[in-house]
Amino acid sequence: MSKAMNKASHVYVTYIRSTPENVWRAITDPDLSARYWGHSNVSDWTVGASWEHRRTDAAGKPDLKGMVIESSAPRRLVISWAYPADVDAPARVSRVAFDIEPHKDDMVRLTVSHSELEAGGEMERGITQGWPFVLSSLKSFLETGKGLL
Amino acid sequence: MDLVFKALADESRRLLLDRLRADNGQTLNQLCAGLPGMTRQAVSKHLAILEEANLIAAVKRGREKLHYLNPVPIHEIAERWIGKFERSRLDALSQLKQALERRDEQGDE
Repeated sequence: MSKAMNKASHVYVTYIRSTPENVWRAITDPDLSARYWGHSNVSDWTVGASWEHRRTDAAGKPDLKGMVIESSAPRRLVISWAYPADVDAPARVSRVAFDIEPHKDDMVRLTVSHSELEAGGEMERGITQGWPFVLSSLKSFLETGKGLL
Repeated sequence: MDLVFKALADESRRLLLDRLRADNGQTLNQLCAGLPGMTRQAVSKHLAILEEANLIAAVKRGREKLHYLNPVPIHEIAERWIGKFERSRLDALSQLKQALERRDEQGDE
């Protein structure tokens, strides 16, 4: 079954000519994430720490927030993921796992598993549009030095 | 990229992707139940071709395998031609941004 209760999950995979270390850095470094994602991912990425997905203007307002659930650099990162207004509403907090595996000699297989989404909700609609863009942009950024922004 | 075009050049496989788009994360049994016109063997073969082209991400869960539509390679193909015409800020991003901002405004009230 794809759903428990009315929860939805989505899984995205991309193959990137890069190293697990560089993919990890691109996801977790505020300056690098800004260059292909348009937002800065900010945290110390230790389990239990909070993380924020901040706008790149001076105010740096977060558009997403969550906690670090698992952190095994450079292979696996699991975070909770919610709109700032929803961080204290468990039903509206989703979960994102990044799995970074070496593939063949010089590639990385990056899997993003976004689960515990409210089925049909605004977040689900947003991320199903957003992840294909973000992963294509990340691939372009790491392989050519330019994101798709 | 050849694999993606070959995988998409078949109506049954496009139908399978449609089914996953409507209800993501289905098992082989669920997909077969929704497609009585196709044998289990045929569905299984098509899924393997779609997975090989990275249009489906398959995730093991216990003894089952869940199949997810993975549109990332299609996005990459679109980007190759559409991106050149400065359509690179795809609707995807602007819609996500709008959704987030709308959300913010609601949250700020």
